[in-house]
Parts: sequence; structure tokens; C-alpha cells
Amino acid sequence: MERGAHLFGQQLINGLVTGSTYALIALGYTMVYGVLQLINFAHGEIYMVGAFTGLLLVTQANLPFPLALLLAMAITALLGVTIEFIAYRPLRRSSRLSVLISAIGMSIFVQNVALWVWGPQTRRFLPPFPVHTFTVAGLRTNTLELLTLFVALVMMLGLHLLVTRTKLGKAMRAVAQDRETAALMGINVNRTIAFTFAIGSSLAAAAGVMVGMLFNAVVPNMGVMPGLKGFVAAVLGGIGSIPGAMVGGLVLGMAEVLGVALLSSQWRDAIAFAILILVLLYRPSGLLGRRTQEKV
Amino acid sequence: MLDWADGLLRSFINPYYYGVLVTIGINIILALSLNLVTGFTGQLHLGHAAFMAIGAYTAGLLATKAGTGFWAAVLAAGLMAAVAGVIVGLPTLRLRGDYLAIATLGFGEIVRITLLNLDITGGPFGLRGIPRQTNLPIVILAVIFTFLVLRSLVNSRMGRALIAIREDEVAAQTMGIDTTRLKVTSFTVAAFFAGIAGALFAYWFRYLNPSSFGFMVSIELLAMVVFGGLGNLLGSVVGASVMTYLPELLRTVAPAIAERRLVFYGALLVIIMILRPNGLLGTSSEQGWLEIWLARRRSRSPATTSAASGQVPPASTGGAGHGPA
Amino acid sequence: MALLEVKGLTMEFGGLRAVDNVDFVVHEGEILSIIGPNGAGKTTVFNILTGIYHPTAGEVVFRGQRLNDLKPHQITALGIARTFQNIRLFREMTVWENVVVGAHTRLKSGFFSSIFKGPATRREERAARERAYRHLEFVGLKGLETVKARQLPYGAQRRLEIARALAAEPKLLLLDEPAAGMNAGETEELMNLIRKLKEQNITVLLIEHDMRMVMDISERIVVLDHGRKIAEGTPEEVRRHEAVIAAYLGASARAGG
Repeated sequence: MERGAHLFGQQLINGLVTGSTYALIALGYTMVYGVLQLINFAHGEIYMVGAFTGLLLVTQANLPFPLALLLAMAITALLGVTIEFIAYRPLRRSSRLSVLISAIGMSIFVQNVALWVWGPQTRRFLPPFPVHTFTVAGLRTNTLELLTLFVALVMMLGLHLLVTRTKLGKAMRAVAQDRETAALMGINVNRTIAFTFAIGSSLAAAAGVMVGMLFNAVVPNMGVMPGLKGFVAAVLGGIGSIPGAMVGGLVLGMAEVLGVALLSSQWRDAIAFAILILVLLYRPSGLLGRRTQEKV
Repeated sequence: MLDWADGLLRSFINPYYYGVLVTIGINIILALSLNLVTGFTGQLHLGHAAFMAIGAYTAGLLATKAGTGFWAAVLAAGLMAAVAGVIVGLPTLRLRGDYLAIATLGFGEIVRITLLNLDITGGPFGLRGIPRQTNLPIVILAVIFTFLVLRSLVNSRMGRALIAIREDEVAAQTMGIDTTRLKVTSFTVAAFFAGIAGALFAYWFRYLNPSSFGFMVSIELLAMVVFGGLGNLLGSVVGASVMTYLPELLRTVAPAIAERRLVFYGALLVIIMILRPNGLLGTSSEQGWLEIWLARRRSRSPATTSAASGQVPPASTGGAGHGPA
Repeated sequence: MALLEVKGLTMEFGGLRAVDNVDFVVHEGEILSIIGPNGAGKTTVFNILTGIYHPTAGEVVFRGQRLNDLKPHQITALGIARTFQNIRLFREMTVWENVVVGAHTRLKSGFFSSIFKGPATRREERAARERAYRHLEFVGLKGLETVKARQLPYGAQRRLEIARALAAEPKLLLLDEPAAGMNAGETEELMNLIRKLKEQNITVLLIEHDMRMVMDISERIVVLDHGRKIAEGTPEEVRRHEAVIAAYLGASARAGG
């Protein structure tokens, strides 16, 4: 009994850490969906490139970790904006299907270019700082896990302030509401969308760097599953909703560790999709999303 | 089956090309059926390989464990996949199209993970010992059958309704089309043919492994459809043929490129959507970025400014209707 | 006789009342217009009548049948068809195909007969195409049958929407700003067309901003403002109604400021 509770508590910590990285990824999906009503399929690849950039900055350029993290976020933000410019912007007026296919194409392209450039082997990503393990209330954790939670928390807080307090945030919300009216009100829609991609991509990069260290592994196909799960988290929370993405990420992380505890680890990846199907069935607007009706 | 025709074909096709042709035929069936869902009905479907897997494993298990005959197993494979199509389609197709993309992707992964973890399928070791009963004449017949059925379908009351759904789902509903039901039907028909293709695959390669039906296979199929043209059946035939044969050809000529073909497939999807959304073959139907740009340039010239025509915003952008605001 | 009855109709979007407790009746064979400033809730009413939205409260009854919970395609089958304010044609389909899609509920061929076209299906197809051509002739699009819908000029696209709706063989036709973007001559033709519909026993419910057309063609008018019904009556009565004048003056004052 005692042992069971202890194991459970330990799992919850894992779920919280993993969930916070899902939340960071989910934020990018939800923000882009908010302004463009587009599932940015390349988002998982952006996360992967973020991890590689962070790894290279730490190991090749020997930058101190905080600087490497910020720079990786900036470089990845640039990639996100470039992807939007090349693959999505020319298709603003095209059918939804065309944009989705373009997004899928971009995702495959980036992933396979990474495979080409960096090779298929897994690279180790040792944290460039000492990692201490310690015990709190009988539960074991370490500085890396706590740092991951801390980074996620800071990012989310920053994003919240950005969206609610700044002019750019207001512009993003206006574009999400109604692109045409926003344009009429003098908002530079293209720039706002580009910023949205930049912010979403940099959050994904942060998640990529942290996960790269948590698992001590960086590899070109690492973005596929977390990308999908980030999307599931966004849908679970209510796509388009920023608090929803945070909640969805944490809930998904928890659900996964519980599911693994109950079933077995081989089914880990199937759990997320089962959740997705259930949400779509019973609550398509997500946990925090509003029920909306398509404007006709 | 059809041994005389097979003997005839084998007498002038060398074994290597014989195998390539069988693979091309199977891919044509897959591309044609995917085109029904994505090209004609306008629903992005990223899990077609899973239906193929269900068909392949159904046939493989029936052949190895139950001793079922070839034709019965092929039919059962199609039906199994169709049932899976209904089960996946019903919940997801009620929702907006983008969810379908993710849901089908997720479904594909669930199928693959399940096949990997079941005992009866041999898990990661795969399923062995399926007799080789697929041959080229059978594949050719299956391709012709698929093509004729789908061509007839898209040129009917039902096919028009599917295209209407692709063009404008709200307007289609308002014209009396039960959009959910028709989308599920389209999905189910596609799954059926994918299941058949899977069975032919099983009886040809004689060995099944979950990794043959991963997400990237679904993407390659999508690339074939997009390359040949969304909503263009003949295009899918050409797309599947070219994109199956080209890597084979490159494998001997330029193996590095053949290995990296997914880089080009990815780029191809983006480029085709931007420049020629209707595929490289056939007439351009949806206005591409290039067309719009050219049209804008033309309309800027004074001679044609009077034509207030064509300047209608596409319905997909939603328009600035009298919303509740 | 009441063809359509709308009672206490209310539609809320996240706390905002787009339609607020609206009542009106459409009589069989009449031309009834709904007017009101932008954002008055006119199109929302159409969307409820055609099943795209489900009302928050109130009731819609068409020929004795409650429509509230029906899906759009079921409502079409009962005999209501519509056009859209922001034209929603099947752009890549030809003109005649658009019209035949409109006839979807009036055709029978199912899944298997769609694939294995028997003589009955072929006959039905031929007849449907002929009827589509007649509808196109009726709205003045003869000769353009095989052109793609998106290639038509704007005014013709509006007329094609009407032909497509007529193919559904409606008892009640909802027209959402059919004259928008039309010049005086085209509007005149459109009015003749609507009068011809009346001769064919089709009841017309019209949303329109062109006041000359509304006053000329309507038998009765319902006026909405901010989701509420503020007036109802003959064109004469509505024209003199104080609340209507105030609403329109208010609207133009707002627009001017």
C-alpha cells in the first residue's frame, strides 16, 4: 500500500514534467490555430530543430546554457517564420485542404532534411550543468526536472502577459477573432501572424532543448510523437485557447503515466490517440474551449 | 489463378520488372481509393496505410491460421478494412476536416502499435508463411475493377454530392446532402479498396511486418495522389506508377537520391499546393497562387478593369457575412 | 394559410443575443421581406430556418412540422431552399452540375445504383440534367451550362444560386441579399424573376438592402434591429413606422460618425 502510493507519487512527478513539455508544444499549435485555423503539422519538426540547435550551441559553440537556450529559441523562431512565409502565406486564400497538405509536406521536408544533414543516429545531450538528485517527501526528483518545470512555467507566464498586456497580444487576439476586420482596424495581419509563428516556435524549441536533456537523446524523428501529442493536448484543452493548451498538456502527461502504470509502456503512444478520439467524440470543444458555431 | 495469363506475361517480362509492376498495381489501388476521400470528398486522410495493414493482416492470418482460400480472404480483407473505416469515420467525420487529418493519423499509429503488440500477428517479428498467390494478372484485374467502380461512383448522384462537400460543406448540407453519411460512405469505400490492396500485398510479399504500414507509407500515398492531381483518377494511376517506379530506377542510378526521396516528396507537396494545387497533370481547377498572381496583374491593366467578374472571395475564407457581431 | 411560423425565436452566441424573441408568420404564396440595419440578425434567422444553427429558444414550424432539431438536409427535403449572401457555389463544378446537386433530395439513386448504373438510374440522370437546363433557362443562364461556376460573372453567380435552390423544388425559397452587387438593370431582371416565382406558387422570404426593390416587390415586411422585431406590415405601413425610421437614421448616423 505504502509502496503503491509512493510509486504513484513518483509517476505524478514524471507526468508533470512530461506534461509541461507537451503544454509548451501545445501552445504553438493553439496559437497558430487561433490566428490561421491551421494545424501546423511542421510544429513537431520545429521542436526537433530546436533541440538540435540547443545541442549544437551547447556542445559545439560551448555557450553557457541560458544563452544557448535563448539563442536556440531565437533561431527556431526564425525557422517557424520562414515556414509560414514559404508554405502557408501563399495559400491564405486557398482551400483548407491545400494548406493542410502543404503543412504535411513541410513537416516531411524538414524532418528528412534533418535526417540528411544530421544523420539518423541518436545524439547524446548531457546537461552542461551538474544535476543533483534529491528527495522531497520521499519522492525523488532532480534539478533537471525542476528546471524543466521552471522553464515551462516562466514561458507560460511570459506568454500570458504578452497576450493579455501588450499591443502585439491584442493584435493577435484581434486577428484570431476576425482577420478581415483586424486588417480594417489597421492591424498588420501578416506581421501579427509571423509573430505568432515566432513565439509558438520558440516555445517548442524550449521544450525540445529540455526534453533533449531529460532523455539525453536528440534525433531527427524525435518531433513526430511529441508533435502529435502536443496537438492532442491542444485539442484536449480546447484548440485556440492558451490556458487550455497548458491544462491539456498537463492532463495528457498525467494520463499517459497513469495509463502506462495500468497497462504497459508499449501502449504509451496509443493512449494519447485514444484520448484524442474520446475528446472529439464527447467534447470536441475541449476542456476549456467555448462551443462555437461556424460563421456562415 | 489466371495461370495461363500469368504464364504469358512472365514469358516476356523479366522477374524484376514483374515485381515492380505488381507493386505499382497495388499502389495504384491505394492511390485511387485515397483520392476518393482526399481528392473528391476533400477530407485529408493520413492513415490510409492502416486500412491496407488491416487488409493485409486479415488476409495473412486467414491464410496462415485458418487456411482460407485466396478470393475469400481478399474479400474478407476488404470488408474488415471497410468496417474499420466506418468505426473510425463515424466519430471523426462529423467534425471539421482538420480533425480528421489528425484522427486518421492517430488511428494509423494505433493500428501499427496494436499489430506490434499482439501475439497472433507475430508482433515485431512479423507474420510469415503466407502463400504467394498474388500474380500480375490478378493485380491488373483488381486495378481495372477499382478504377471502373470509382469512376462510375464519382460520375453519379453520390459522386456529385461528394465533390459538393469538398467545394463547400455548408452549401452542400443546405442543398439536401447528408454530409456526414456521405463522408463516411466515401471513407468506407476507400478503406475497402485499401484492404483489398493490403491482401494482394500480403499474398505477394508473403511476409508482413508492422513497419511496412507506418505513417510515411500514408504520406507516400498522399504524395502520389497530389502529384497526379486531387480529384483526378487517371492522375492517381500515373502518380502511383511514376512514384513507385522512379525510386526503383534511382536505386540503381543514384541510390543517394532514392534513399532521400522523402525530402523531395515533402518539397513536392508544398510546391504543388502553391503552384498547381490540382496536380501536375490534368487541367488546373483550383486557382493556384500563380494563377491568382497572373490574374491580378492582368486586372491591373486598364483594358480589363471593367470586368467586375471573378473578383468574388472564395467561400473557404468565410466571407464577411452578417455574423452575430 | 401559414406556411412557416416563427415563435419567440432566440439565438445567443456566447452571451450575445443575435436574435431576440422574434415572431413572424410567412403565408403561403406571399413575398415577405426581412429588412434591418447590418447586424440586425437577418442572416442568423435564415441560418436557423435552414438548420445551420439550432436556436437557443423559440420554435420554427413549417407546414405543421417543428424544424428546431432537424439537420439542414432534412429541412431541404421538407421544402425549404436558400441562397447565400456571400455566394457559396460549388466553384469547381460546372453550372449544370451545381443545379443538379441542388436536386439531390429529389433524386433516388443510391450507393449501388450509383456504381452499377441501371436503366432507371440512367433515365433519372438524363431527366435531372434536362430539368437543370430548364431551371438555368428560367434564371437566364441558357448557354452557360458547361462553364465552371467560378468563371461566371458576379451577377450570373447570384442567379445560379437561385437556380440551384429552385432545383430542390422548394415550397419556401429564402433569398439572402440577391441584389447585392447588381446594377439597376440586373436588379430589375431579378425582380421580374422573383415575380415569376410567385406565379409558380413558390413562397419567397427575402433579405434585401435595396429599399427600392423591397418596397416594390414585397407584400409584407418584417423589420429587425439588434435582433428584435421592431415593426411588421405592408411596405406603406413600414415606411411610415417611427421605430423603423429611427433605426435606419440611427444606423446611418452611426455609419457616418
